[in-house]
Amino acid sequence: MDKSWNNKAWFLVLPVLLLVAFSAVIPLMTVVNYSVQDTFGNNQFFWAGTDWFSDVLSSARFHDALLRNLAFSAIILLIEVPLGIFIALNMPRKGLGVPFCLVFMSLPLLIPWNVVGTIWQVFGRVDIGLLGYTLNSIGIDYNYVSDPFDAWVTVIIMDVWHWTSLVVLLCYAGLVSIPDAYYQAAKIDGASRWSVFRFIQLPKMNRVLLIAVLLRFMDSFMIYTEPFVVTGGGPGNATTFLSIDLVKTAIGQFDVGPAAAMSLIYFLIILLLSWVFYTVMITNDAKG
Amino acid sequence: MARIDLDHIRHAYMANPSREEDYALREVHHSWEDGGAYALLGPSGCGKTTLLNIISGLLTPSEGKILFDGKDVTGLQPEERNIAQVFQFPVVYDTMTVADNLAFPLRNRGMAEAEVQSRVAEVLEMIDLVDIAHRKARGLTADLKQKISLGRGLVRADVNAILFDEPLTVIDPHMKWQLRSQLKLLHRRFGHTMVYVTHDQTEALTFADKVVVMYGGEIVQIGTPQELFERPSHTFVGYFIGSPGMNVLPVALDGARAQLGQHSIALPGAASLGDGKRTELGIRPEFVQLGTEGMPVSIRAIEDIGRQKIVRAMIEGNELAIVLNEDASVPADPHVTFDPAGINVYADDWRVKLGG
Amino acid sequence: MLELDNVSKIANGETHLSDISLRLESGSLNVLLGPTLSGKTSLMRIMAGLDRPTRGRVLSDGKDVTGLAVQKRNVAMVYQQFINYPAMTVYENIASPLRIAGADKATIEREVARAAELLRLGPYLQRTPLNLSGGQQQRTALARAIVKKAGLVLLDEPLANLDYKLREELRAELPKIFSESGAIFVYATTEPSEALLLGGATATLSEGRVTQFGPTVEVFRNPVDLMTAQTFSDPPMNLLPMEKRQGMFVKQGVRDIPVPAELSHLADGPCTLGFRPHNLSLVAGAGTTPLSAEVMVTEITGSESYVHLIHEDQRWVMLTKGIHDVDAGKMMDVHLDTAHLMVFDRNGQTVRTQPAGA
Repeated sequence: MDKSWNNKAWFLVLPVLLLVAFSAVIPLMTVVNYSVQDTFGNNQFFWAGTDWFSDVLSSARFHDALLRNLAFSAIILLIEVPLGIFIALNMPRKGLGVPFCLVFMSLPLLIPWNVVGTIWQVFGRVDIGLLGYTLNSIGIDYNYVSDPFDAWVTVIIMDVWHWTSLVVLLCYAGLVSIPDAYYQAAKIDGASRWSVFRFIQLPKMNRVLLIAVLLRFMDSFMIYTEPFVVTGGGPGNATTFLSIDLVKTAIGQFDVGPAAAMSLIYFLIILLLSWVFYTVMITNDAKG
Repeated sequence: MARIDLDHIRHAYMANPSREEDYALREVHHSWEDGGAYALLGPSGCGKTTLLNIISGLLTPSEGKILFDGKDVTGLQPEERNIAQVFQFPVVYDTMTVADNLAFPLRNRGMAEAEVQSRVAEVLEMIDLVDIAHRKARGLTADLKQKISLGRGLVRADVNAILFDEPLTVIDPHMKWQLRSQLKLLHRRFGHTMVYVTHDQTEALTFADKVVVMYGGEIVQIGTPQELFERPSHTFVGYFIGSPGMNVLPVALDGARAQLGQHSIALPGAASLGDGKRTELGIRPEFVQLGTEGMPVSIRAIEDIGRQKIVRAMIEGNELAIVLNEDASVPADPHVTFDPAGINVYADDWRVKLGG
Repeated sequence: MLELDNVSKIANGETHLSDISLRLESGSLNVLLGPTLSGKTSLMRIMAGLDRPTRGRVLSDGKDVTGLAVQKRNVAMVYQQFINYPAMTVYENIASPLRIAGADKATIEREVARAAELLRLGPYLQRTPLNLSGGQQQRTALARAIVKKAGLVLLDEPLANLDYKLREELRAELPKIFSESGAIFVYATTEPSEALLLGGATATLSEGRVTQFGPTVEVFRNPVDLMTAQTFSDPPMNLLPMEKRQGMFVKQGVRDIPVPAELSHLADGPCTLGFRPHNLSLVAGAGTTPLSAEVMVTEITGSESYVHLIHEDQRWVMLTKGIHDVDAGKMMDVHLDTAHLMVFDRNGQTVRTQPAGA
């Protein structure tokens, strides 16, 4: 549909285009520039071709970090999406409970990343943290600083606590758009609770779920702040995700070339995976 | 199939109704016979959908009981009442095929698959959906989706009643004719108790054996289409049924005659009623004869609506609608007479029985 | 005056409108009649300037406005859904187009009062739309369209969501409102009876084509082809395929029907007879021909009966005065009034319509 052909509309979008050019395109080109050159300081650059790319792609450190990222995203999607749907299904549809639940659900979303990190960093500490101290005092050996497993659990719980609300709110929006007649018809048809979910609620949530999964995937794949604050990527490299590794490479070691190549690969992976998710879900949607 | 008794049903949507106006449904005490086809007819807000939802169990009435074949079902959930309901807007399960949509209520009740298949095939045939039986319901037109909804309503042979809530709203006129006659045929064939809610008089009159006219939360008349047309018991019924509605003219009564301005009109019988009531004469446009004799009228407009003409006239300062055949012509010096068989007399809006 | 000049609309490989030419005079009421998806809404969107035609031109008072955005045209639209500003009072809703146009306070007050009186909204001016009935909400939307003093007012099934009786009332009032404003009104509907009640001119649409355009009753009585006759018939037009052989229409199992005198020039061959439900009768009369048919079901409206019939593979409806509950399954003779017979040739073109005055 060619709803509008008013070319003046482009003028309205122009400021945004310029802003995006300055804030995204130009830095990206700089990164591309770095990724194909080598430098030893003094602003002297040498052509490196695709060397950095092949270095990064064959580096075990990169592979490990990538695997950690994939595992992390998979785990939090598997937890947050079903949990989010479950909570959304059980939220009230009308009455005084609605605004209360919505505000309550939104709270974690309003807290800045580094604050979330700090909260959990303190919360989980064995010496003074409520969680860490309580767990240890009842005999559970918990210490995210020394135990990789505990570190992972902490980072995952933190993410679930922070972001499940987003899935809940999106699903809830999908659910309230279902007309009452559907539930009434299902009642009269003798549908079970599961059938109502499977044949009415889930199909109607399809589109918002797609958005929820995409957002949560991209976000979790780029996770940086929280694990950086809580574990700093440790113990060892246990929670060193690609983003943390990237910062270590770029700023810690000042290997600008490899870091640039890594950023680009990182960016392409996210783009590719998002595209795969999107295509798979859209085709499912079309097939019904 | 079942007889449905509504025992002093009242319903209010607010918590503590105190006044009569608080009730969306004022007092319904009535029985629906087993196998009858009923229509609930009235304008929006008259309480017809409230009453339907009380029958289906989607609402529990504030007061009164509802009985199916003598058994109290007031507290039962819709799925426990064994009824089917078709809604105003199509409700289909998008991800299922057309056939699976029809099979859904049967499978939910654990019917054997072979029986499900044969029953579904029969209904597909009835509502003419065989061609698209294996298509996904998603993406079908509103017409077809509503046919699926109708089919789901008809698929269970053992239901106590089938309830329709303005089911033809989204259907094109040509399809309406087909679906309406199809429903009527199905009623004749299977004898289900059917209750049909609508604001459209044509749908109500053509579908039902008995039409229940509702107004302001109350039933104002229950009758056959013919009774409602010829003997509306309230001026509202006269107005609401018929197109244009009944002409209602203020008159003074004097025995078996009514005085309209300076004209005296013979009534089919004498009316006896107390003083101080507002008295009116009701005559349907179909019973007004336009000619050169009788009471003089002035013509305001003539609307040619195809097979008929509607003449808008004035008589003694009152508007009078007259229906003519498409071939009829309007005389130069128009006069009207009223067919005595079509005259009804009203006192304070309620019909007065005329004595012999 | 609004002119459409060979307008076509093709989107995603589907033809929504093909080759439509219409001339709508100022101060006229024009009905677009056709079933769902026949192109009514697509056509209105092009008239409004919401869509651009794939081919063809749109002219307003002789000026080419094809492609001119809706904001630049003086157009008002009323939809099937009741669309008002929910947070504004009825008064503010009606006043909104005037405020946008920068009218002064006195003008606004005068115009709103006038529109409110025309649409009987006086008592509700200080309420918000959500506290009104559906009929009042739609009256508000209509009032807004009227104060806008648009040269073109488009109404897309505006009464479809209203109660039957409310529709009847509004339908009777609309032509009055229209005639006062001098704008071009275009009114889309799926219902033949609505077109007849509104009067004016009617364009029948079928599968993206305008099959006929003319005064409403004229189109109803003298459809140019079978498609138009079917579109403009409620209940559906009854059809009987036959063959013309010299002075008779003949068919196996059907009594011969004499060909009306004015059709003697018609070449022999297959043709279709069309007749409306009220041209069938239970009793024989002058100039009737009996046809045998099976009774399917009878619908009684209180004063009349619709008898649904099956004649071979044709479904017919007969409309008779009075209450006649005919038994289903019964074979019976129904009597066709041949004076009102329509005849269509093998291409579906009309060769005979109802004689004038009949």
